[in-house]
Order: sequence, then C-alpha cells, then structure tokens
Amino acid sequence: MEDFKPRILVAKPGLDGHDRGVKVVARALRDAGMEVIYTGLRQTPEMIVEAALQEDVDAIGLSILSGAHMPLVSRIMALIAENEMDDVPVFLGGIIPDDDILALNEMGVAGIFGPGANMNSIADFVWEKVRARQ
Amino acid sequence: MQDLIEQARNGRPRAIARLITKVENSRTAAAEIVPALYAFTGQAHIIGITGAPGSGKSSLVNELAKALRRRDHKIAIVAVDPSSPFTGGALLGDRVRMRDLSGDKGIFIRSLASRGNLGGLSQATAAVIKVLDAAKFDTILVETVGAGQAEVDIAGAAHTTLVIEAPGMGDDVQSIKAGILEIADVLVVNKADRPGAARTVRSLKAMLQLGQALAMNHHGRSTQTTSVATVVSPNGLEYDENSWQVPVQETVAIDGTGVEDLLDVIMAHKNHLQVTDGWLAQEKLRSRREIEALLQMRFMDQFQTAVSQDDREQLITAVANRKTDPYTAVAEIFDQIKA
Repeated sequence: MEDFKPRILVAKPGLDGHDRGVKVVARALRDAGMEVIYTGLRQTPEMIVEAALQEDVDAIGLSILSGAHMPLVSRIMALIAENEMDDVPVFLGGIIPDDDILALNEMGVAGIFGPGANMNSIADFVWEKVRARQ
Repeated sequence: MQDLIEQARNGRPRAIARLITKVENSRTAAAEIVPALYAFTGQAHIIGITGAPGSGKSSLVNELAKALRRRDHKIAIVAVDPSSPFTGGALLGDRVRMRDLSGDKGIFIRSLASRGNLGGLSQATAAVIKVLDAAKFDTILVETVGAGQAEVDIAGAAHTTLVIEAPGMGDDVQSIKAGILEIADVLVVNKADRPGAARTVRSLKAMLQLGQALAMNHHGRSTQTTSVATVVSPNGLEYDENSWQVPVQETVAIDGTGVEDLLDVIMAHKNHLQVTDGWLAQEKLRSRREIEALLQMRFMDQFQTAVSQDDREQLITAVANRKTDPYTAVAEIFDQIKA
C-alpha cells in the first residue's frame, strides 16, 4: 500500500523574529494535506539544510523579513547544492523588493510570495512542484 | 536499494533519510527493506518518551540528547506529531524545541506524522526504528504524540518507557486509573520548579506503593526477587539490578535540572533489562506486536482486494439502513475472502 504525503520544511533563516507569516503558510500547507516541518525562529542556513536532509523533504519554504535575503538565500542554495539536493524546490516569502527577484530566481529560487499572496496559490504552487519532482 | 542500505549502514544521513521515507510511504518497500537490514538490528537501546501535550516531552528529549552526547552515545530521535483526521496534513513542530542539537553529526532527528494511527505512534514507526538501529545509532529516543490516557503503543516499541507528567494535571484518582501510567518504567515529573510539583510526586509515589502492596507484576514480570545485588551508578545512584521499582524523577527540562540523574536511572533500567531476562522479554513483546500489526494490515489488504469497492459500499449502506447488522456483514465478507 502506497501512502505518499508531501513533506515540506518551512523555516525562518536569519535574525528577524516575525513568525506570523510563516505560521499562516505552514497552516495553509497542512490544510492542503501536506506534512509541514517547522523548525522555529532564527535558524542558520546550516541548520535549515541539515533539517531538510534528515527530514528528506520534497520542498523548502523560507520566510525572511529582515532584508538579509540575498546573502541568506545564496548560502542556503550553496549548501543545498553541496548536499546534492538541487532537485528540492525552494520557495520564498516575506519582504522581498522587486529589484531582487530576478537575482533570486537566478540563484535557483522556484517561487517568491510577498505580502498579500493568496494561500491557495501557494499551496497549489507547492503541490505542482512536488508532483513535478516525483 | 541494496546500495542505499549499504550507505545507511555506514551512517550516511541522506541514505538513512531516504530509507525512512521509503518505509514510511510504502509497505511494499518496507517489506523489501526491513528483511534486508533486520539482521543488523537489535543493538540500539530504544527509549520511549510519552505524556500529555505540553508536559515538556520535546524539551526533555532535547536535554536527554545533550546528556547522551556528553556520554558519547550516537543518537537518533524519532518525534511523532498528529495528522489531521480531515486533510491528512500535519504540522510537525518538535524540532522547534531541539534547536540545540543541530550541527552535531552524532545526532539524527526525524519527524513523523501519525497518519491516522491512534496508539501514539505511526504505523511505520517500528520500521523507521529498524532503519536507525541498523544505521548503528547507540540510542534511539522515540517521542510519541501528546498522549491522553490510552496511547500505550510505545511500551511495545521501546525498551525503556518514560511517562512525563507535569504538576497540576489532575487529582489523585487520575493516578490510579488504568492506562498510560501503567506502562512507565520511569515516571518523570517535569516542570518540577512549578507550584504543585511536590504534590504530583507524592501522588505518583503513593500510586506506585499501592501497586506494590497489591504485589502486582510489572509488565507481566514479577518484581519479587530473592537475590539482592545492589549496584552503584557513577553518580552515586544505588539500585538493585535484579528487580525494578519504578522511580519518580523530577526534572526542569528548560534548564536541564535533574536530567543527568534521569539518564542514570534510564541506564540503570537498561542494565536491569540486560542482567535479567527483561531485554529478551521486551524484544519478544515487540516482535509479537509487530507480527500482529502486520497480519492485521495484510488481512485488511486482502479484504480490500477480495471485496470490491461497490460491494463494500453496499454492505455499509445495508448496515446503516438496518437491512443487516455489522456482525452478519463481517461474516459475509469472511465467506467471500475464503471463497
């Protein structure tokens, strides 16, 4: 008997302490039938990638409101590549200026969701990415 | 697959993680993986941690893990949280309390969703533990979902079961009810710095003494022995290794108070199991439970293949409409399977 459930890590890298957004997204993904692993505030890129590896996740969601998204995402993407997890899609939320979006996509970020993003569209996006990876 | 098993045996985290996903998602995969690594299992000491939601299980696991690392154990943690009965989704949040443990190659943490299982663990937990056991972890800490009174599956899965209580969770009558308190090898009163902790300890101790007065057997094994062999642990804990009296330990998980003493007690219990026939008895109990659970699943699978979806729906509707009753319906299904 097969029982596949998408496993999604949602994490807050860096120093901002605002976790309302990430909790709302975690809840939305849970309600969309996924198993969501939440690791709490103030995670280092190393902590996040280690958790993603041990939990064998199908996607990684990052929430950053500190403005430090460029160095944080760059480091996380490098660690993901180092651990041969390039096939795991990464999506991003928080306060991300439009000017940075192109550069983040070039780093390999699969989707970016700012304030006001529709929860269903996030869940649909993740489902789609997970199915594509299967 | 053989390659993956080889890598997991050599402790490669990616391979261990992949194998766990496979046994969790597919019984067919588990039926291939578990036989291939079963011969390498049976080495790890499996410690179960259960208790009410909010009693401090995850924080205590965090502190126990740190204490075990100080004693050079390589450890794995399996943390189970509940799945939604409506969407099948889950929020697995035990890692939030275990952030101290990241960056240590001697620790592997895996969160599992209960996936509809009601006993406090998921159906795949036994197979997941085997993967970790074969990957040469010395100690495996298994944290159940927040338990009420009857989630007692952990007793069959672990060698040493800790039941965590927090002060102020009920009166003395709660402690003489059947269920979760009976499965404890060690009782832990966490948040021992809170008001009412002393009362909770007293009430649990009174419950244990009542049990001894009635000469009850612990886990079906007699606690009455004639020989007395007192052993002193490194921290000066004295105990008789041939008989096991369930101790009540006090801890404050957020600052680590009492955790070293708790670990001494856990190791004393392990020693007790090894000196007596307890270890083998526990393995037998575990094997029995596992065989029975697998049999049940096989029977259910067989039922689902032998009886078509339409037939099942018809039977269910017939029972709901009082055209037949559940017992007759099951008898009919059994005849169909036999035919």
